[in-house]
Amino acid sequence: MLRHRSGLLPFLFIGLLATWMFVGGTFGYGGDVKHAPDSRADGLAAWEQIYSVLTSPRCINCHTATNYPQQGDDRHRHFANVIRGPEGKGVPGLNCLSCHHEANADSTGVPGGPDWHLAPLSMQWQDLNDKPLSSAAVCRSVTDRSKNENMDGPALLKHHQEAELVLWAWNPGVRPDGTARTMPPLTHAQFVTATRIWVQAGTPCPKGK
Amino acid sequence: MANYKLTVNGQHKEVNVDPSTPLLWVLREELKMTGTKYGCGISACGACTVHVDGVATRSCVLPISLVGGPIITIEGVAQDPVGRAVQDAWVDKDVVQCGYCQSGQIMSAVALLKATPKPTDTNIEESMGGNLCRCATYVRIREAIKSASQQLK
Amino acid sequence: MRAAIKPENDLRLNRRSFLSVSSAAAGGMLVALYLDVSAFALESNQAPQAKVYPPDAFVHVRPDGKIEITVNRLEFGQGVQTALPMILADELDADWSQVIAELAPAADVYKDPVFGIQMVGGSGSIAHSYQQYREVGAKTRAMLIAAAAEKWHVSADQCRTENSVVYGPGNRSARYAELAKDAARKPVPDKVQLKNPSQFRLIGRNIKRLDSRAKCDGSQKFGLDLDLPGMKIAMVVHPPVFGGRVKSFDDKDARALAGVRDVFEIPLAQGTGVAVVADRFWTAKQARDRLKIDWDLSGIEHPDSTQLWTKFKEMVRTPGNVAVTRGDEKALETIPAANRIVAEYEFPFLAHTPMEPLNATVRFEGDHAEAWVPSQFQTLDQVAVAQALGLAPDKVTFHTEFAGGGFGRRAVIDSHIPREAALIAKRHRGTPIKLIWTREDDVRGGYYRPMHAHRVEIGVGRDGMPAAWRHVIVGQSLVAGTPFAAMMIKNGVDQTTVEGTADTNYNVPNFHVSAHNPTLNVPVLWWRSVGNTHTAFVMETLIDELATRAKMDPIAYRRKLLKPEAKKLLAALDLLEQKSGWRTNLPKGRAAGISCHECFDTAVACAVEVSIENKRPKIHRATVAVNCGLAVNPLTVESQFQAGLGFGVTQLMAHGAITFKDGRVEQRNFDGYTPPYIMDAPTTVDVHIVPSNEAPTGCGEPPVPVISPAVVNALSKLTGKRYRSLPLVSV
Repeated sequence: MLRHRSGLLPFLFIGLLATWMFVGGTFGYGGDVKHAPDSRADGLAAWEQIYSVLTSPRCINCHTATNYPQQGDDRHRHFANVIRGPEGKGVPGLNCLSCHHEANADSTGVPGGPDWHLAPLSMQWQDLNDKPLSSAAVCRSVTDRSKNENMDGPALLKHHQEAELVLWAWNPGVRPDGTARTMPPLTHAQFVTATRIWVQAGTPCPKGK
Repeated sequence: MANYKLTVNGQHKEVNVDPSTPLLWVLREELKMTGTKYGCGISACGACTVHVDGVATRSCVLPISLVGGPIITIEGVAQDPVGRAVQDAWVDKDVVQCGYCQSGQIMSAVALLKATPKPTDTNIEESMGGNLCRCATYVRIREAIKSASQQLK
Repeated sequence: MRAAIKPENDLRLNRRSFLSVSSAAAGGMLVALYLDVSAFALESNQAPQAKVYPPDAFVHVRPDGKIEITVNRLEFGQGVQTALPMILADELDADWSQVIAELAPAADVYKDPVFGIQMVGGSGSIAHSYQQYREVGAKTRAMLIAAAAEKWHVSADQCRTENSVVYGPGNRSARYAELAKDAARKPVPDKVQLKNPSQFRLIGRNIKRLDSRAKCDGSQKFGLDLDLPGMKIAMVVHPPVFGGRVKSFDDKDARALAGVRDVFEIPLAQGTGVAVVADRFWTAKQARDRLKIDWDLSGIEHPDSTQLWTKFKEMVRTPGNVAVTRGDEKALETIPAANRIVAEYEFPFLAHTPMEPLNATVRFEGDHAEAWVPSQFQTLDQVAVAQALGLAPDKVTFHTEFAGGGFGRRAVIDSHIPREAALIAKRHRGTPIKLIWTREDDVRGGYYRPMHAHRVEIGVGRDGMPAAWRHVIVGQSLVAGTPFAAMMIKNGVDQTTVEGTADTNYNVPNFHVSAHNPTLNVPVLWWRSVGNTHTAFVMETLIDELATRAKMDPIAYRRKLLKPEAKKLLAALDLLEQKSGWRTNLPKGRAAGISCHECFDTAVACAVEVSIENKRPKIHRATVAVNCGLAVNPLTVESQFQAGLGFGVTQLMAHGAITFKDGRVEQRNFDGYTPPYIMDAPTTVDVHIVPSNEAPTGCGEPPVPVISPAVVNALSKLTGKRYRSLPLVSV
């Protein structure tokens, strides 16, 4: 069976690029002089739209702070004691891939996509009580390159445009009872547009905890 | 209906089934290999665990159309030294009661020991955490895994 | 039920030799289940006659030296497929390495000598067949010796036996296999000398299970694994509310699937449903999912858990029918309020969910039929199949299939699973029909441990011991409306509702227990250890509370309160105390909990070491002391207790409840109704058996009741809270 693994090279490349950008002082949130003040307001509004998607069950269920993923629109703990494991892929005997395959298995209601796995703990968007973090906190996390696998604005945009597990949120398949899974509150196109505006505004984040 | 070529326990098999059919039912009904069990049909109990491409896989939720690698089932797991050691440890520790879940327990335990030859209690609880035993033979399952680990060193 | 039908089972066995063995308990009383044998013998509705056990029905010495022993019980984990052959082989002096065990088909000769039907239940497999299997073994041995003695022209008492060989004077010896043909012509002795325990070679030893290897390499066949030529798979859609009826259904989409053979309405134990017959499981399931059924749900009660609790809580505050009363019922009122405890408990419906989903296979041939069922009630199920097919029971050959667990779920008075299979098979003459209940069918299909409410008022005396005890229990009867009611309901109280409380071993001078058995539209059933699942929890948590209040050690308090006649339980407590020294030296954050309980004539004392992890109880260790008379196979006793404790944890699981909303079950599979996984069960369990040569008593059910109260007693020490409502949603 084909098992996709995240290629290391692109990350290294992005890492180098980002280091260059950071040293060069061209990257940061909020303080980028190239953006007009109203652009920041637009960016913050766009961020709130992005936030509504990130905190929808299709996304946030795999961005937990705990050692387990969630499932369902009520974001309950994943059944059968599925846990994160050292690489966010479960543990031997109980891997994500034990049930989640290349594509949605609609006849059995199990969602799937390439390299199904949990987001790293650095990308947790919930607290330890499974409550979504605030918009400001998620934004800080998403834009913190020490946590986000070193993605800058354009990389984040690309991630939202193309990452296969991101795209899955808009093709989430059916539940075991045959009904369609709920989709995020925006279409994928709206989500990408919002991300583009936010990135162009310099990935501003709301203030607050 | 569609034709699928499978490798099961090293043997080539061909089946003609509906693409949505879970691997479990292909094994049980088409290939008459009933050692792999139906317990819940939603991957919550682990009774249907087989190895696909080396990964412990819940065959009850895997449509045949998504199977992409060689399959090892309980009937063939003893071809491998780890599999043999685990089965022997299970017998030696008199683990089974009703026995219905034990194919799946053994397949998960083999996956655990292949990746983690010296598992801790926590490793065992995590890796075996998705395999239900309604008789609750868990105390002996732990013992047998540790015993197999000893045998393999 | 079918009291008038009498099956005349034709064993098709050679009945050349007949043993006369008087029924072990004709007219007797089984305390554990409160069944007396004459009434339990449902098929005949009359006291059983003296039983005859032809040795051929139980043991076959083959020419190749293998010794086949027939087991008159279902094997579903309890280890009887090893233990009964051990008993017979010991008296037979058979070579254990050559013993093969077979499960018996349904037949008169295989009925439980006490219960009078062929069954597993009441933890009676060993308790009731110990003497029977010893005698058959000893008589077979005597016949082999007689054959050898005749051959050698010596007297029988000059011969001895060992490992399937008869030895005579000089260097004479003959293998059983050589002697079998002549031995079969010898008369069956009326009486035979049984071994004294010091002569046992197998009984009392740790013998590994005979079915172990087959269950580890995938070769063991269970009922669900049956594959017969031309077999079809059947599924049934059951009404969403018990008793609902099909108004109409549209099967166009279902029948459009290739491999679908039939779709039709069938009568069910409650209401009606729609059956689907297909070539394969997956086809049947897909077809079933495509059916559009219009249900008539009018005129039936729609159970609703919230409303039921309200009703139960009202009932439990009113006196019920009296189960037992001792001393002065008004004594409670004379005790000052400050010295009284009032406790109300809630227990939910529980599903058994054995790992192997429910199934039965039936082939109808017009004038006879064959059935393959993993059944705890073979002869009742046989009658049900026969009735559904319009046959006499002896026209149904009934095979006992290995079962993947049961816990009571395969001992159903209305035999609804094999009955459904038979009704479907009836339309497909000559075709074997395997009926499969999916896990969803099982979780939602009823036959649950009933929900219960308890209310207990205790007046504590100056010595800290309970002086007055008033106890009301509310819960459905398991047997109301069935032929079992006549002997199991006394004074309006189903005895299984109050067992474990009404017959407590604790000595309370003023003791009053009453019960309500309301009728609800939820089919209910015995669940491993039956009433003791909830009564032991109530008794043992309250005794613990009293011990804490009296500032006494929980073992010492129990010992003081137990009747002196409760010798088995006292011995178990003594042994537990010896073996649980760890209780006094626990790491911080951990506490010990104690419980003890006697049921099915087996006494158990239990200590657990518990902490709280991830807001759940973590059971690091359990130590149990067991008094089960002679332990036939101590390895099995140990195994039953190690695992039975884990089974008992079902009651404590956060999702360990079946609930109803508007008549519908809210759970559908193991995601919603979640039994214990490995981390939920005790990490280690050490089992200590009280040495005994008394008659063996059961070990299937007695492990279950002790664990939950022991765990919450430990939790109470950690949190200061008392736990009176299950499941344990939060600690």
